[in-house]
Amino acid sequence: MNPRRKKRLAMVASILIGISAVFGLVLYALSQNIDLFFTPSEISQGKKETGLKASLGQRIRIGGLVVPGSVKRDPESLKVSFKLSDMTMPIVFKDSDITVTVYFEGMLPDLFREGQGIVANGTLAEHPLTGLSIEASEVLAKHDENYMPAELAEAAGQKHEKSTYTDKQLQSKNTSGY
Amino acid sequence: MWKWLHPYANPEVSYHLTNKLLPWLSALAAIFLSIGLVWALLFAPADYQQGDSFRIFYVHVPAASLSMGIYFAMAIAAFSSLVWQLKLADASAAAMAPVGAAFTAIALITGAAWGKPMWGTWWIWDARLTSELILLFLYLGVIALHNAFEDKNLAGKAAGILTLVGVVNIPIIKYSVDWWNTLHQGSTVSKLGRPSMSLDMLWPFIVCFIGFSLLVAVIISLRFRNEILARNSIRPWVRELVKNHTR
Amino acid sequence: MQFNSFSDFINMGGYGFYVWLSFGATALILTLLLISSKAGHQQIIHQIAKRKQREDKLRQARELRKQQHEHRNKELNN
Repeated sequence: MNPRRKKRLAMVASILIGISAVFGLVLYALSQNIDLFFTPSEISQGKKETGLKASLGQRIRIGGLVVPGSVKRDPESLKVSFKLSDMTMPIVFKDSDITVTVYFEGMLPDLFREGQGIVANGTLAEHPLTGLSIEASEVLAKHDENYMPAELAEAAGQKHEKSTYTDKQLQSKNTSGY
Repeated sequence: MWKWLHPYANPEVSYHLTNKLLPWLSALAAIFLSIGLVWALLFAPADYQQGDSFRIFYVHVPAASLSMGIYFAMAIAAFSSLVWQLKLADASAAAMAPVGAAFTAIALITGAAWGKPMWGTWWIWDARLTSELILLFLYLGVIALHNAFEDKNLAGKAAGILTLVGVVNIPIIKYSVDWWNTLHQGSTVSKLGRPSMSLDMLWPFIVCFIGFSLLVAVIISLRFRNEILARNSIRPWVRELVKNHTR
Repeated sequence: MQFNSFSDFINMGGYGFYVWLSFGATALILTLLLISSKAGHQQIIHQIAKRKQREDKLRQARELRKQQHEHRNKELNN
């Protein structure tokens, strides 16, 4: 390579390294804020690295797994409540898990089921019965990166059914002013 | 060290080489895409959780990974154009930008159409989706800069610098799902060694992916050919070619 | 084959709208891009041809003027 090209290469390379360093530092500084959601244990104990804690009444997102057996649906309306625990791999639920209860009124996404990853958007509240809870205005399903044909999934003991709604439940949505 | 590249760096040779490759590339792309899409839509099994909405996977994932792949290729072209002042590298970078932008847009649209029924929302500002949107803006900026200057060398230089600055976004897109909490799930196919998918779902994906990649090659070749002509319009060989074409 | 009838295929297990929106948008964008990229070749060739015509005309006019000029000079000298 001739000296002029070498100089140009050095210049381009140093500009690039400089910019990447700046981006890296900015991202590092922002890294806590880029997180989409709090996990249940982060809500009760604060974020692991910064100790940042959500305060009561604050609008936050919570992400976790729906604890099996915790989903309670009101037969008359679209009100639903369920507990979320931290997402762990492999998925196991223990009684000692920290859970946060989510209250929601509305249609659940098709992927909602027990054991499913969920991100809920709402305000943090202290509920008389369940302690720290989220009054959610939006519930989103987070699915994993595993895809399986239905037959295979059944053989592995995994099955999925969409939530179904009765007419009465759906009508309550219209009358309650949504 | 670059001596062997020399004959290919000649615009006339490249133009004719591209012309010769195009019919083959087009035929292969048509074959792979038609087999892949029919397989994906009709024969691939539905997912146990997502049902048939899972079929969006077969356009969404190839589009998303190609949107990053094309950017990476464009960055290499921009780099060699800035350092070695290869004019052809500039032409190829200019040819790639609109194709990359189109595939980024496709990834975003199909992602939204998949997210609505599965997650429950068309859009969410999580790290993966936001960084992919930034990729679209980077592409649009590069296209705008290529067209902003009358002098193609100056335009190439400006667009090249933006391209290289934007490269930092590529690892951010790729690893956003590992570095941060996102609604978007982790990657399925590129998981080292063992994709999290059964084979009768994976095969149609591989065929679709090859098909879309070939289509990218076809469109980039078409645009590369145009760029070469536009940038060499005063050369005798182009004049000769134009005379033969318009007669 | 995963579907029993054509209407099943269109319905996509209830996700028809989303699946066809995705595939339709992809097909539309790629077709437009492919057509415009292909059409660009003829366009550029025409542009270059037109520019060449203009240049040729200019050159002819210049030469004509030069000839007339020389002719007049010659007459004046005589």
